[in-house]
Amino acid sequence: MRPRASIASIPSRVLSYALLLLVVVLFSLPFVWVLRSSLMSMSEIFQLPPRWIPAPFAWQNYIEAVIVIPFGRYFLNSMVVVMTTLLGSVLTCSLAGFSFSRLRWRGRDTIFVVLLTSLMMPYAVTLIPTFVLWKYLGGINTFMPLVVPSWFGTGVGGVFNIFLLRQFFLTIPFELDEAAYMDGAPPLAVYWFVVMPLSTPVLVAVIVTTFGWAWNDLLSPLVYLIDSNKFTLAIGLAEFNSAYSIQWDLLMAASIIVILPVFALFFALQRFFVQGIVLTGLKG
Amino acid sequence: MNASPLLRQDLGGGNRSHHARGKLSVNRGLPRKRSDLAPRLSLSGQLRAEARWGIVLALPAMVGFIVWVAGPIVASLVFSFSTWNAGGRFRFVGLENYLRMARTDKLFWKSLLVTTYYSLTSIPLTLLFAFAIAVLLNRKVIGISLFRTLLYLPSVAPSVAVAMLWLWLFNPDFGLLNYLLQLVGLPKLLWIHDEVQVIPSFILMNIWRMGGPMVIFLAALQGIPASLYEAAELDGGGWWSKLRYITLPLSTPAFFFNAVMGIISSFQVFNEAYIMTDGGPNNGSLFLVYYVYLNAFRYGRMGYASTLAWALFVVILLLTLFMFRISRNWVYYEAKGR
Repeated sequence: MRPRASIASIPSRVLSYALLLLVVVLFSLPFVWVLRSSLMSMSEIFQLPPRWIPAPFAWQNYIEAVIVIPFGRYFLNSMVVVMTTLLGSVLTCSLAGFSFSRLRWRGRDTIFVVLLTSLMMPYAVTLIPTFVLWKYLGGINTFMPLVVPSWFGTGVGGVFNIFLLRQFFLTIPFELDEAAYMDGAPPLAVYWFVVMPLSTPVLVAVIVTTFGWAWNDLLSPLVYLIDSNKFTLAIGLAEFNSAYSIQWDLLMAASIIVILPVFALFFALQRFFVQGIVLTGLKG
Repeated sequence: MNASPLLRQDLGGGNRSHHARGKLSVNRGLPRKRSDLAPRLSLSGQLRAEARWGIVLALPAMVGFIVWVAGPIVASLVFSFSTWNAGGRFRFVGLENYLRMARTDKLFWKSLLVTTYYSLTSIPLTLLFAFAIAVLLNRKVIGISLFRTLLYLPSVAPSVAVAMLWLWLFNPDFGLLNYLLQLVGLPKLLWIHDEVQVIPSFILMNIWRMGGPMVIFLAALQGIPASLYEAAELDGGGWWSKLRYITLPLSTPAFFFNAVMGIISSFQVFNEAYIMTDGGPNNGSLFLVYYVYLNAFRYGRMGYASTLAWALFVVILLLTLFMFRISRNWVYYEAKGR
């Protein structure tokens, strides 16, 4: 029985490996195609049958795209928005998650469940009144509507981050807090010296996903930002698309420039990131 | 730990109920061990500190919830019963918006149809594909971690850039997809430039970005004990019966999780519609959120846009509740011993 089974499984293994390889190649093709397009002249892009390797490599597409977009301005704006959002969200959400998991106070669990209900609410429902609110506060055409909510545990990432962090914090042994309190440590010290250092995987997951969401946010900049010198990269790229819709070489170079920072962050933190998703993803 | 049993009961363990607090105050006067080591710690002082800090640390999130979630929800509901265009006078019109939406707004029904069609087709296809890939990935072969990364990458890329990328791939004359079709001898397609083909095109793009569900499936597959497969092999079970009677049933919680997340996200597609099609051609990709956006910020109908947003919420809510209701029939929960 046994040997026969293993002999029979050799062709099936080869088959499944070949299948996997095929899917991987097919899934990578779009990136290859776009990379190749970004390094071609317009006349080469429109050549039939298409070529895979640009000759010569048109590196100037990237320089031109950076100048036309204007990339420097938008990149700076995006960085200001994303970093402020990230800092606010991680700080507020981890403190709230700490409070909801490791401090005891009356009404704690009820309030947590109430906060969680906002996960069900489509962004479209709250967008309009929030827009009106910012209009009255004079926040239109400023970065305020994009970054301030994250300092209050809402907006990009928001309650989802609180949820992820709380769930992870619950898995850290409570004896550690107890020991710190015995030594007279205040709760904030327990948060900073006990809980946070043990939470690297979930913090990385929160940072990578929040960075991705904030970097990719198109609707809010579209609604709130008016002057093009305030634009973030996401809206800059979208506007570039409608203005230069036939300049495929530049469009593809610009798209790759927008993708790169996210990929860089992902590869730098990949190991922790997948671990964090696996640890927290299924515990809901 | 050498803490007293009393302290241990109250500070330790994940299941710390508020009943412990009452018990604690009764026993407040009892002498404690190790008090010399922790001169500043008194039990009631500790609880007071926790209660104080607990509220302080959660306060920003609570304020945020009131200002940016609860308040806007109430305001949005009020708006949805009014005709209001951000500038002019606020006029309450009762159910007029809702009646207009249901009776005369053909575009609303079109966008509801388009969004539902996209959601209910793309979720099963994407999940089946992600599951199949996860099964193939869940083994030790050469290059497996590279494969995992390559298959996960599309879901990491920002959707704004992905939309641009696929706009080019879908190009009928010079795009990759028609080139591949020609290579295998199939006719060219119009992809997103055709009213009928546009939603299937979006679904294809969504399948390419199946990294999120794939990782969840992988985690579920790696949680299945090897002993189950060994037992099946002893009974002479082949790969199909192992897949059918072990892998698939034990992956149903992951299917459920991914399906609910899929409903919530697929009903809120915006970026792709804005960048790639402007809701076209002939409103063939007029997703609901895009229609809400158009009404609110292009036509200035804030009131009616709020009505549409509430319709969107009700649809998502009903579908999610429905998923939870039917989950009893097909999702395997170990604790219940089904």
